[in-house]
Amino acid sequence: MTSFLLRRLGQIIPTLFVVSLLVFGLQQLMPGDPALILAGEERGDPRVLAEIRSQLMLDRPLWEQYGHWLWRLLHGDFGFSWRIQMPVADLIMEKLPVTAQLAMMSFIIGAVIGVPCGVLSAVWRDRPADWAINGVALFGISTPNFWLGIMLILLFSVNLGWLPPSGYVPLWEDPWQSLATTIMPAFVLGTGVASVLMRHTRAAMLTALSQDYVRTARAKGVPERLVVAKHALRNALIPVVTLGTIEFGRLLAGAVLTEQIFTIPGFGKLVVDAVFNRDYPVVQGVVLATALIFVLLSLLADVLYMLVNPRLRAAS
Amino acid sequence: MSAITTGSALIETGESPTRRALRKFLRHRLAMFGLAVVVCFVFAAILAPWIAPHDPLATSWARIRQAPSWAHPFGTDENGRDVLSRVLWGARASLMAGVVAVGFAAFIGVPIGLLAGLGGKWVDMLISRVADAMLSVPFLILAIALAAFLGPALENAMLAIAVSISPVFVRLARGLALDAKSTDWAEAARALGNPPWRVGLFHVLPNILPSLLVQSTLAIAEAIIAEASLSFLGLGQQPPNPSWGSMLNAAQRFMDTAPWLAIFPGLAIFLVVLAFNLVGDGLRDALDPRSQVGGR
Repeated sequence: MTSFLLRRLGQIIPTLFVVSLLVFGLQQLMPGDPALILAGEERGDPRVLAEIRSQLMLDRPLWEQYGHWLWRLLHGDFGFSWRIQMPVADLIMEKLPVTAQLAMMSFIIGAVIGVPCGVLSAVWRDRPADWAINGVALFGISTPNFWLGIMLILLFSVNLGWLPPSGYVPLWEDPWQSLATTIMPAFVLGTGVASVLMRHTRAAMLTALSQDYVRTARAKGVPERLVVAKHALRNALIPVVTLGTIEFGRLLAGAVLTEQIFTIPGFGKLVVDAVFNRDYPVVQGVVLATALIFVLLSLLADVLYMLVNPRLRAAS
Repeated sequence: MSAITTGSALIETGESPTRRALRKFLRHRLAMFGLAVVVCFVFAAILAPWIAPHDPLATSWARIRQAPSWAHPFGTDENGRDVLSRVLWGARASLMAGVVAVGFAAFIGVPIGLLAGLGGKWVDMLISRVADAMLSVPFLILAIALAAFLGPALENAMLAIAVSISPVFVRLARGLALDAKSTDWAEAARALGNPPWRVGLFHVLPNILPSLLVQSTLAIAEAIIAEASLSFLGLGQQPPNPSWGSMLNAAQRFMDTAPWLAIFPGLAIFLVVLAFNLVGDGLRDALDPRSQVGGR
């Protein structure tokens, strides 16, 4: 286990290093001079421009800028927002819990729908129920998140008036109101997760059901229900657990447009607002943060894979 | 299992694998439906100037937010423009972004992936780390960040999507090249004295084309959603030119009075993405019997 973790860390560190290079490189794509954007009204004043340039180290060579930037990054300094006058790291930490709640709810919805549907469609392979479940999953994958969100608001908020169309109440302030404001966006994100988990579960179950131990179980007279639930499902869930962890990371990307539509002040809304306001350090910080979260989640996925799979545990 | 059935089918019918795959694909009813929808959208995009009933940019204060009628089947928008005409013209931005972005991504991604798979250990390490780094940022967030830095324009959105999706092709081509490298025919090609680039270009590439075709079709579906998302955020097609994403963004403000503004552009995105997914799934079933059902 330790050697495995060390090997994985050996991969992660270079990957994150390359991520930092890419994120730093984003700045170079910018058309125009950042100093001019920052100076705003005072862009005519060469002294102001020179001051901004030296503050941002824009007057230094690129490698020096990068080195300085990376050094501060390693000390947890993700930069300073141009518009909100706050450290980017603080901004991200402030918004992340909101998105974490949303992601958690979406994931529960996705797993509760996706895993049983995947099992059923594998058990009833090539029968109408299998086609129906696959069809619904295909619809789920093909529907753009943000359009589904708009359609849900149209139905449940505008026409039926059951749920608030937008806004957010923190869980600890008013749990019921918090659920009411997040249930629609969570459902929107959950359908995507459900579709993907369903496909993975179905594939893993089909593999498991064709294994020898399943045939043995059936041969010795174990009831089919138990064969599916105990013998096949427990093995099929191993890849699903790890893929589910990765899928959880992808919820961050899905949250971008969904939060924008439901005006939920989370991580995704932070990205969109930063793009609208041309708050480039925030955009960079967000890309870095998602990469970090994603890499840590895939590490977690690997560890879980080892933990739930006794064969691998013994092998390492 | 598939290798055996493929072999026996070959012996029984004497049919080439390409013909067999084509026959399987043509008999795949869902894929044919998807293909028909794609063809319809392609025609709509090409013929938009002739089949659109109105000028997509012509505003009219007399016809603001009119409900669907015979004169305007999809209604009119907040500036009195005909929504049907705008949806038809919007197909151009969407399909072009999807096809161009994926084409460009494959064009740069596949050679780099082949290089990683067939080149030396260090080349492979370098390329794989860069691909890993790009894949560790979720696709849409990377595309949004790139588009934000490049500046709002349809061309920039396409470039951002192409770059964000290219590591998928790098990884796929690398994996397939590694598989192909260890096969007997690649060995034979090398033994005959072919240099590595020749083996890659003339022996490995043709053998991995089916998988690339499947991946490209599914990637177009993703790229179309990404273009709509970027346009929705104002980073794609710029107003007043129509695109489905920006139409949806404008529609949000009039949801209670003019729901048709939100329904039709979204329906168009949904249909075209569904169609590409159906074609992709059908191609996978027909071309690549070994592949497992994966995620998006």
